[in-house]
This record gives sequence, C-alpha cells and structure tokens, in this order.
Amino acid sequence: MDALQKGRRDIRNFYFLVGLGLLVVMAGLFAAHYMEEHGHIVTGMSNQVVWGMPHVFAIFLIVSASGVLNVASVGSVFGKTPYKARAPLSGLLSIAMLAGGLTVLMLDLGRPERVIVAATHINPTSVFAWNVFLYSGLVAFVAIYLWTMMEKRMNPLSKAAGLAVFAWRFILTTGTGLIFAFLVARQAYGNAILPPMFIVMSFAWGLAVFMIVQSAMYGWNEMALNPAILTRLKNLLGIFILGVIYLVAIYHLTNIYFAKQTAFEKFILVDGGIYPILFWAGYFLIGSVLPLFLIYSPKMGTQRHVLLASILVVLGSFSFLYVFIIGGQAFPLMIFPGYEVISSTFGDGQIAQYSPSLPEILLGTGGLGIAFLITTVGVRALNFLPKDE
Amino acid sequence: MSEINRRDFLRGSAMMAGLAVAPGMMLYDLARANQPASSAVRWGMLIDTSQCEEGCDDCVKACNKENGLPGKTGPTDEQWIRKVELKNVKTGRVTSLPMMCQHCAEPPCVDVCPTGASFKRADGIVLVDRHLCIGCRYCMMACPYKARSFVHEPLHDQKPEVPRGKGTVESCTFCVQRIDRGKDITACAEACSKAGHKAILFGNLNDPNSEISKRLKEVASTQLRADLGVDPGLHYEGL
Amino acid sequence: MKALQSVLLALALMVSGVAAADVGVPHLDIGKGGHCVNDPKFMKLNHGDLLKKQRYITVHQGVIGRYSLINCVNCHASKVNNSVLGTNSNFCQGCHVYAAVKIDCFECHSSRPETVSQTLKEVAK
Ligand code: SF4
Ligand code: SF4
Repeated sequence: MDALQKGRRDIRNFYFLVGLGLLVVMAGLFAAHYMEEHGHIVTGMSNQVVWGMPHVFAIFLIVSASGVLNVASVGSVFGKTPYKARAPLSGLLSIAMLAGGLTVLMLDLGRPERVIVAATHINPTSVFAWNVFLYSGLVAFVAIYLWTMMEKRMNPLSKAAGLAVFAWRFILTTGTGLIFAFLVARQAYGNAILPPMFIVMSFAWGLAVFMIVQSAMYGWNEMALNPAILTRLKNLLGIFILGVIYLVAIYHLTNIYFAKQTAFEKFILVDGGIYPILFWAGYFLIGSVLPLFLIYSPKMGTQRHVLLASILVVLGSFSFLYVFIIGGQAFPLMIFPGYEVISSTFGDGQIAQYSPSLPEILLGTGGLGIAFLITTVGVRALNFLPKDE
Repeated sequence: MSEINRRDFLRGSAMMAGLAVAPGMMLYDLARANQPASSAVRWGMLIDTSQCEEGCDDCVKACNKENGLPGKTGPTDEQWIRKVELKNVKTGRVTSLPMMCQHCAEPPCVDVCPTGASFKRADGIVLVDRHLCIGCRYCMMACPYKARSFVHEPLHDQKPEVPRGKGTVESCTFCVQRIDRGKDITACAEACSKAGHKAILFGNLNDPNSEISKRLKEVASTQLRADLGVDPGLHYEGL
Repeated sequence: MKALQSVLLALALMVSGVAAADVGVPHLDIGKGGHCVNDPKFMKLNHGDLLKKQRYITVHQGVIGRYSLINCVNCHASKVNNSVLGTNSNFCQGCHVYAAVKIDCFECHSSRPETVSQTLKEVAK
C-alpha cells in the first residue's frame, strides 16, 4: 500500500471516528434535553437514590482525568524521558475527560440552565463549590502546561508548569473524594480513607485509559511500542491496581471493625443482590485480578495483554463506582438507632430500588463521547504521538 | 361578588403591608409579621410520641393541603412530612411519630449546597431558595434525616403562597408562609391538635417562657441522631 | 442574562413609547387593576428588578412586601380566565410576548390570584 492510499484510508477512518463520536454525543445531548423537559422522572433516580448513572460516568471521567496526568507528572516532575514523550498526550486526555465528565454533571442538574448561578453564587463551605474551582483550575493549568511543551520558546517553563499540574491534581482528586467523605450521615461515605482511595484509583484508571489510547494510536500508525517502555508502564499499572485493592480493602475493613457498620458491609459485600455481584465479579475479579494476571503472568504481558488488562480495569472501575455510588445510597440511612422501622411512606429502613433508564445511560455515554471526540480531533490536529528515540 | 373580592383583597394587602385593620387579626402577632426573621426566635418542635396515634396521618394530610403537595407516596413523589412506625429492637415496644426536616442549627444541607440556595433563616428555619437551586441534590445526600424531596416532574397549579417547581429540591418549611403572615402554628401541629392528639408542639425555643421551652425543661426528650452534632430543632419525647 | 433581558425589555418599551402610535402594542387586560403600588411607568421599567429585590427579602428575611409577585397577580389576573397568563392579552404574557422576553416566574409561582379570602380566613381563624 503506498503512502497516498494510506493517507486516504487514514482520512476516511478519521472521519468515521469523528462521525461515531458525534453520534454518541448527539444521543447524549438529546437524552439530556429529554430529561430536562420531562424532569428526572424519566431516570431511575428517586428521592433515595438521588445520584445515578450520570454520576457513575462523570466521576469515572473526572477521576481518570486527574490520574491520566500521572504520566506527564512522572515525565516533568521526575524528569523521566519516556514519560516526557507522553506528557502532551496525557495532558490532552485529561482535558478531554474533564470536559466530558463536567458536561455530564452539568446536564444532569435539575436546572441545567442555571449553571451560571453556580458560577456567580458560591457557598464557600461547599465541597461542590470548591470543586468547580478545582476543575476549571485544572483545565487552565493543563492548557498552560501543554503550551509550554508544544511551543519551543516556552519549553524552559514546562517543568514548573508540570509541577503545578502535579500539585493541583492531587488537590482535585482529594476534593472529589471529599465530596463523599463529608457525608457523615451516610454509612457508605463519611470515611477519611476516601480521598486517598480516590487518588490511587485515579492513578490506576487514568493509566489504564492512557494505555488504551496509546495502543490505539500505535495501532493506527502501525507501530509497536518499545518493549522496555511497555514493561515500565505495565508494571506501573500493576502496582496501581494493587494499591487500589489495598485501599478498597481498608475502606471496607474500617467500616466493619471501627465504624461497626456491619449491616451495611453485609449488604454491599454479601447479600445486597446486584451490588455484591458487581463488587466481586466486576470490580475484584474482572477489574483487578484478571488484569494483574494478564500483566504479571510469565507467558503474558505483551502489548495485547496489557491493552486487554487496561480495558478490564476500566470495566472494573465502572462496577466499583456503581456499587459505591448507587449501592451506597440504596442502603437506608440510620435515623433511629436501636429501632426497627415497621412502616414508612418514604422508604425509611428499606433498601431502595434503582434501575438505570436509557436517557441517563445515554447522557453518561455522551460524556465518554465528548472525551473521545476531543481526543480524536486533538490527536489528529496536533502531534501527540509519543515518540521514543 | 366583586364587593367581597374587593374587601378580601384590601384585607389581604393590609395584611401584607403589616397593618392590622380587621379586629380578628389582632389576635396574631402582626407586629412581628413583616419584621425580618430574627434570631431572637428559634422555631422548633417537641414531638410527644406517646400522643401520636398509630395509623393517624392527619398531620401529613394537613401539610399536603397547606403546601399544595400531591400527597402521593412513590419513591419520586415529594413528601415533606411522613409518618414512621418504629419498633424497639430490644423491647419490642412500638412507637409512631411524624418525621420531617429537623431544622438543624448546624444543617449539613446548608454546608454542602454549592450555590447557597439551601440556607438557614435567622429564626432557625431551613429553606431552599428555589431561585438559586440548581438541582444538584448534594443536600439530599448530606441530610442525615432524609428530609428532602426532589421535584421530579413539571408542576401545575401550585399554591400562590407556596411556589414550587420542577428540578429543585424542597422540604418542610415550618409553614413559613403562615409564620410570615403572623400565624405561629404549622399546619401539621394544628391538625394534630384538631384530631384530639397533642403530639406536635410548635414554638420558640429561644423564649424561656414559651410553652415548648417550659415543657422541654420538664420532660425527657431526645434529638434524633444527636451524635451527629447538627442540633436539630425537633425534639422527640418517648423515644 | 437577566440584566440583559431587562435592558432589552426596557428598550422595547422605550421604543414603543417613542413610536407613540400604538402599532402592535398589545392591548393588555389589566384585570382588577386599580391603584398600582408605584407609578405604572416606573413599574413598566423596573418591575423586574423590584421583584428580584423583593424575592430576596421575602425568601431570606421573611418579609412579604409591597412588590411581591402575589400582589401583582392578585390585581392583574384577568377576570376572564383568572390568570396573568393564557392569551396574548393577559397582563404578564401579553407584554412579555410583545417584548420577546421569556418569563420564568410561573413555572413555580402561581399565575392565579391568591384565594385571599381562604388564606386570610385560615390565618384569622
Ligand atoms: S433535617 Fe436535613 S434538610 Fe432539614 S435542616 Fe437538617 S440537614 Fe437540612
Ligand atoms: S439541590 Fe439545590 S439546595 Fe440542594 S445542594 Fe443543590 S443547589 Fe443547593
């Protein structure tokens, strides 16, 4: 195949991908419009499960957006060349995913047309309000960082910018964890381990996303990843996966032993129906054990295996978030300690039912679509392909 | 007809302007009506669970009527007050009580609200300013008492004194529309005593001479989940 | 946005005033009408801001004042359909359609007069 043919094929494929992305985004926007018109009655959310599928997608995107920057940080802050070559791609991915996640969060609001109110009326005690700053700050910092890397004259500043991004994203993911950690009244949340847990999760999920995108780009250009670099990255991913398992274990153990929330833990881990299944099969087996096997087993660990492992980590992260966010709300609040609720019209003492509806899922995937679209176009327009000498 | 309307209207505007014209209205504290809510007052309730009858939901009905709520009980329907029946796990004793926004002194719903829509008035009433609420539902996540409802569907025919709307969050207001017009009793408390029970006592916790303060001094009462330190304005007797 | 809207409305009204001839100016059903809480010309230009200020005072401080939306509706609901909305001659809708400014109020607020007698009877009881 000559260069001309390849060029033509490339363009065709590019437009196909863009078209695909646009379709998904359009579906998401349509779903959001539908939700706005009819109200949240067309979602599975209720007065007990107040955050649903859109939040699973949005939190995945936002947490990963911070974690994906890890690659850039290792490059800039610690001066490792192979990571430096990947820093621009990691910056682009971060902005893309942040944009996707924030759009989903915004469109899920009961009054999305009032986001301007959120920007003009800030309650300084609200973690949510802090996050508005943290997110927009991150976009700004990463944009500057990208600029210092891509513009030759700015190169000397790149290390400083990298450092700022590095610090900022720590605070940002802490902020995301705090959204839940401050909810003292809910058994699933209100736990100081949540911010560090979210930080380590962001490392794992972000790196997994990075590996997937990088594989796709190398595949597109019919290139193979330098084996030494593959080994480094996959080992890093393995360590992050182990780190997440460790913190998730601590989170559940503190709930059981210290907070004495055994009823809740029993629900989430043993007899809560879909939630234990998703936790053990989805997060633990498919999302953690299998990827570790693919990475570390002596016969495995090729680029393909690592790609598969990364995809599984992403699937596992969705299972985890579903259990954490929705399972966490489905379990009733403990309002009357020492009493059992015999009857209530408002679901006190009862496990809430939740089944995600199509519009809210489409809204969530629309967020993924936005991230995908920005990445695809960005990669095509500018030179983001990691090159190793 | 127009004559009656006109008269009522005049009374209405006089009421709103804070002038007492009709003799009947002097019964109410019109001097306070139309004064800004002040921290000399902290509204609260004492619920005497021994007076609350199992199966009676007059308070709920009264609230729905007063505030124009649909009165449905699905998981997406708005409920500002609900009846809960409890059984003591150890002794098996059954208790019945009304449950609603506890009008916390340190309300978590206010701390977390990104826009400041969820706020506490000077007189301790916790409200949502629906002009500012963006419908993020973070306050519902934060409330330890599951007191809030999200309006899941478009509404029609709201009551003029109780504006409500789709996509915003709401909860018990202590019938703020009555209080601001000088009538210091909530619809639920009124209905409860009308039904011959005396389970809900509403009053000013900051006034040592109010009935509620005096009673609180006499009887043993608890706040729900007092361990959380949010200092609810509702006290429960017999729990 | 809101500021922009009120500027536009003000402009639209001024233009209509300048044009003098009432071409296309909606013929409004002012309902019961009577003595407005302020000069009608002033109200035409400033009711948006006044309502906004009033809403803060009412919601946050609990003072139901002169410029409350309930007052507007009580006087200006059409006697035909008992509302300030409905047709392009109804008080609020008519002018806002003419000025092409969207009204948000009545998604939450009632467009019908307070059943004053009822509320007050309840209060006076
Ligand atoms: S009970 Fe809930 S809604 Fe009411 S003030 Fe307390 S935290 Fe806020
Ligand atoms: S739903 Fe409304 S009141 Fe509740 S936290 Fe969000 S903006 Fe504030």
